[in-house]
Amino acid sequence: MKILVCISKAPDTTSKIAFTQNNTTFDENGVQFIVNPYDEWYALVRGLELKEANGGNVTVLSVGGADYEQIIRKALAIGADDAVRIDAPESDALTVAKHIANYAKDKGFDLILCGKETINYNGSVVPGMIAELLNLPFVAMASKLDVAGTTVTCEREIATGVEVLETSIPVVVSAAKGMAEQRIPNMRGIMAARTKALEVVTPGAETATTAVNNYELPAAKAACKFIDPENAGELITLLNQEAKVI
Amino acid sequence: MKIIVLAEHSNGKFTKSSLEAVSYAAAWAKGNGGTCTAVTYGNIDASILGTYGANDVLKQDNLENAEAEQLAHLMFGVQQQTGATGLVVSHDNTGKAIAPRLAVKLNAALVPGATALPNGKDVKKNVFSGKAIAHVTMNTDVQIISVLPNSFGMTTDGSACGVNGVSIDIAPARVKLKEVRVEASEGIPLPEADLVVSAGRGMKGPENWGPVEELAKLLGAATACSRPVSDIGWRPHHEHVGQTGLAIRPNLYIAIGISGAIQHLAGVNGSKVIVVINKDPEAPFFKAADYGIVGDAFEVLPKLIDAVKAYNATK
Repeated sequence: MKILVCISKAPDTTSKIAFTQNNTTFDENGVQFIVNPYDEWYALVRGLELKEANGGNVTVLSVGGADYEQIIRKALAIGADDAVRIDAPESDALTVAKHIANYAKDKGFDLILCGKETINYNGSVVPGMIAELLNLPFVAMASKLDVAGTTVTCEREIATGVEVLETSIPVVVSAAKGMAEQRIPNMRGIMAARTKALEVVTPGAETATTAVNNYELPAAKAACKFIDPENAGELITLLNQEAKVI
Repeated sequence: MKIIVLAEHSNGKFTKSSLEAVSYAAAWAKGNGGTCTAVTYGNIDASILGTYGANDVLKQDNLENAEAEQLAHLMFGVQQQTGATGLVVSHDNTGKAIAPRLAVKLNAALVPGATALPNGKDVKKNVFSGKAIAHVTMNTDVQIISVLPNSFGMTTDGSACGVNGVSIDIAPARVKLKEVRVEASEGIPLPEADLVVSAGRGMKGPENWGPVEELAKLLGAATACSRPVSDIGWRPHHEHVGQTGLAIRPNLYIAIGISGAIQHLAGVNGSKVIVVINKDPEAPFFKAADYGIVGDAFEVLPKLIDAVKAYNATK
């Protein structure tokens, strides 16, 4: 089975979020970058599990500059066989999806896996765009993924339970919590990652359809109002009369 | 500006997030002197979409249990017929599969998870898991917006509108729904809940959840939990809210025995009012709270339950 896992770079989940240049640019000062958790913990690890069970190859792909190679090596250390970096600056989702689809269109991937969203842009749209560009079926937000022959079975959590969905390869799937468990790379994986193939591809030009104009931080919360635990019932009165939420 | 909006339904009812999307689309149209057409399918009385602001409805009859790709075809077909330049869907599971297909078909700007109406070509969306807001500029004539659930209220001051048939050529679904396993038959679905009572490791064990569930039931709230509690199996996974679980935006979020790690906050920081109950006065969650009680959950909960019972008796 030929598997492509798309990974993105994201600030560590504990990063302080701040902006520079008149609130137009994310302040990377002191920020540690990681593989976007949904891409790494769920999409990549499930891809590796399917390869281990069925044979095949797992390629990781990222769209970004040379600074992305650190997270690509991490994915190789976790177990991906080889990697591709499409050398293009960060741009909007449609541009990223076009770069990925242009690369993948004649490679014969059975499975294209992505995380359900990045934790920095929270868009959830690149995987669906790849599916449309390649004319493939798409399952969004899958919490479980199994492949038997050409049949693909996914589960997706909904408000009242779980949906079981069936489709066939080739397919694009976006991964949510539950699909796999995080793997910590071991020393052998880290050593092996240094020599695995990392192909750098120069893409054609694409025009972005959206642009982030500027950022703002949410309004600061007023100080917390403390209620005496002996008098805890007063909370209900405050929620009713002051906050007016019940 | 002509705007079309998708109205999804399940079990004979339009979903709450779809009705929010219709309200959003109607307000967007109204703001620039345009019209709002709701698009739906299958066997349902769609005239009530006028109540939420739609000027009219286009309905495809021969489509039941529609899959996202089919709904993308439906919206694309209607866009081609009507020449609409604004397309709106909800940023729910289905919308997350529809909107990107539309963006490709139309080579159009897409803002996923908008939290406010456009200001010209500028739309606000949450980024960095709710820790910041981005102003996104849409640089194409045709514009697509998916609306973040629970961020734009429903408006219900319209009246029933006309429903016309539409007939778009739609291929059979490539992804088939085989089964729905109902796991949370009781109570209120968490993503749609206005009130949420959530608890964490401070409850010390799954056998102690009785008062949490009782408080939720008395308030008419859904129950939720923190990641460690779902990871060790005290509570079902679909209750987990946080960075890697569900992100929710209720009117009221009551957190009991949850310290408030940054990853948990990322899933609840869109809540309008946050109440934190924790015996540790240094718990970081208090910094994000509107109301706080520093105390033992096992002593505070019975007092709250009594107070809600008394309050309910006065209603």
